[in-house]
Amino acid sequence: MTSADVKKYLVVFFITALIFFTAISLANSISDKKLEEIRAIEDRVAIDILSSETQFSLLAESSCDAVNTPLLSEELSSLGNKLAFAEEERGSKDPEVRSLKKSYSLLLIKDYLLMKRISEKCKINPVSILYFYSNEGECGDCEREGYVLTHLQKKYPQLRIYAFDYHLPLSAVKTLIVVKKVENDLPALVINEKQYYGFQSVEDIEKAVPALAVLASSTPTGTE
Amino acid sequence: MSFALLYPILFISLYFEVFLFVTYFEKRGVIKREKISATLKSYPSVTIIVPCYNEEKTVLKTITSLLALEYPKEKLSILVVDDGSTDRTSEVVTSLSKEQCIRVIRKENGGKYTALNEGLLETTSDIVGCLDADSFVEKNALEHIIPYFENTLVMAVVPSIVVDRPQNVLQMVQHIEYYWGIFLRKALSYLGALYVTPGPFTLFRRGVFARLGNYVEGHKTEDLEFALRMQKNGYIIVNAHNAHVHTVSPRTFRGLYVQRVRWTYGFLKNVLDYKDMFFKKEYGHLGILVLPMATATIFTALYAMGMTLWILGEHIVTAIDRIATVVFSFSFESFRIDWFYFNIDGVLLVSVVLSLLTIMLVLLGKKLTEGNMRLSPGIFYFFFIYPLIAPLWLAKAVYNVVLSRTVVWK
Repeated sequence: MTSADVKKYLVVFFITALIFFTAISLANSISDKKLEEIRAIEDRVAIDILSSETQFSLLAESSCDAVNTPLLSEELSSLGNKLAFAEEERGSKDPEVRSLKKSYSLLLIKDYLLMKRISEKCKINPVSILYFYSNEGECGDCEREGYVLTHLQKKYPQLRIYAFDYHLPLSAVKTLIVVKKVENDLPALVINEKQYYGFQSVEDIEKAVPALAVLASSTPTGTE
Repeated sequence: MSFALLYPILFISLYFEVFLFVTYFEKRGVIKREKISATLKSYPSVTIIVPCYNEEKTVLKTITSLLALEYPKEKLSILVVDDGSTDRTSEVVTSLSKEQCIRVIRKENGGKYTALNEGLLETTSDIVGCLDADSFVEKNALEHIIPYFENTLVMAVVPSIVVDRPQNVLQMVQHIEYYWGIFLRKALSYLGALYVTPGPFTLFRRGVFARLGNYVEGHKTEDLEFALRMQKNGYIIVNAHNAHVHTVSPRTFRGLYVQRVRWTYGFLKNVLDYKDMFFKKEYGHLGILVLPMATATIFTALYAMGMTLWILGEHIVTAIDRIATVVFSFSFESFRIDWFYFNIDGVLLVSVVLSLLTIMLVLLGKKLTEGNMRLSPGIFYFFFIYPLIAPLWLAKAVYNVVLSRTVVWK
């Protein structure tokens, strides 16, 4: 081995490291772009909700006809999917993901509360499910419950599903858990103020929520 | 399953490919100068040993190609060693023995290395080589090889081996793989790190055998063992990339599998026998980089395959779980293309770079052989089929080594 050989080993190491870290930096910047997209969607949804709240406040004294029922927008559901994907990609402990997840959970709670107020005031009866899950490994059935709820969401687009990470360190979620009296026995569903623990199949939920049949007859599903 | 090894494996694989590429780049001027030496100062005497065992279908073409070599006839001898064939090989070679330069020896079957040793005993020429009876030389192959022996330090010259007329997809895959082999052989030649002197038409100075001894069984890869023995003793092996030898590649998966299990098993057993060459500076690039990398590649390929199967298995289990949970639910919405859901991570991007570099090196191999770098459909077959099938023979070879089971020739 000559000194030229040693130099060659070092030069090749430098070139390899350059290619390697360029590829990794590029991947990281793509991943950051994805988080930016999530943040942008969150901002849009926040404005939508704020707009609905403001509209509701302005028109509270007048007719309900003027209030646009804020559907849990497709965008909010797409946001949930993208956040779940980012969580899988970057890990649930990633500080950026955690922060976005907190904002997302807040948006869900705000949407839930607004919907409740509108339904009380305007005598409409939206069907909503609160779903509490955990990503921390102790919830074997959470993944299956997720499949069931995704299926139901596709089958009944007007069904409003609010999914919360039970262990998310966010006071608003903790308060929701206390208010809805949800125990740490996951997966847990809250339907019409009643708690359901353990895995609930499509049939179980359809039985627990007879109003779904009404949604089915009023909404073309187009998913099966 | 742990993915922790993935980044170091990718880094090391990339390092090796960059090292080969830089070596080629450094020597590109030398490659251009390696032209035919039209006027050789002298023509050394050459004997080509053709060991054959049940090669009735191909031996005639093999010998005919040797007879067509552009080399002074009085300097060229062909020695056919029939290693106890039980088919019509004997009849076919007898019909050829009328040619003045052909001699035929018959012996009891004892394996290829015994046939080669029998041939070496009968040889007195300056240069001696072997041509497997399923391979054919181009007529100018010898003219391209002999000039390398004008350097008195060169002890063996290996040719470029190409797949003879690929007919089916499996042979096209091998066709491309051999281009990679051609590039690799040239790069290793410049690094002084060739560790195989292939049966198809590697030529040696006869004195090498006198000094190092004849062939041994070498775990059924006597050409690999002999090359390692030469390297260990500091003998120089070079590659004549312009000397083309065509070889009949296996047509069926079973044939390819058996051949590759033998090659990989032979490699692993021989590197175990020569393990003291690893990471030793006195063996140059071969000891420091090439042997460790060649060995590691077998295990990293198995790791990559294991990981792919693991991920695939997880997806299948999830899909089954999903179907079992909500019956069957199909939605075109699932197929909406959104860039967001492409999992573009560091592993993927480095793998893409690695694949592009591999294509580049394969094309350089093609350029060395055919003078052009045009893409052919075979390269796609190579990229999609080879990674699926290669781990099968690698796993079997490792299994045989671990459990001390031997392998078969055919």
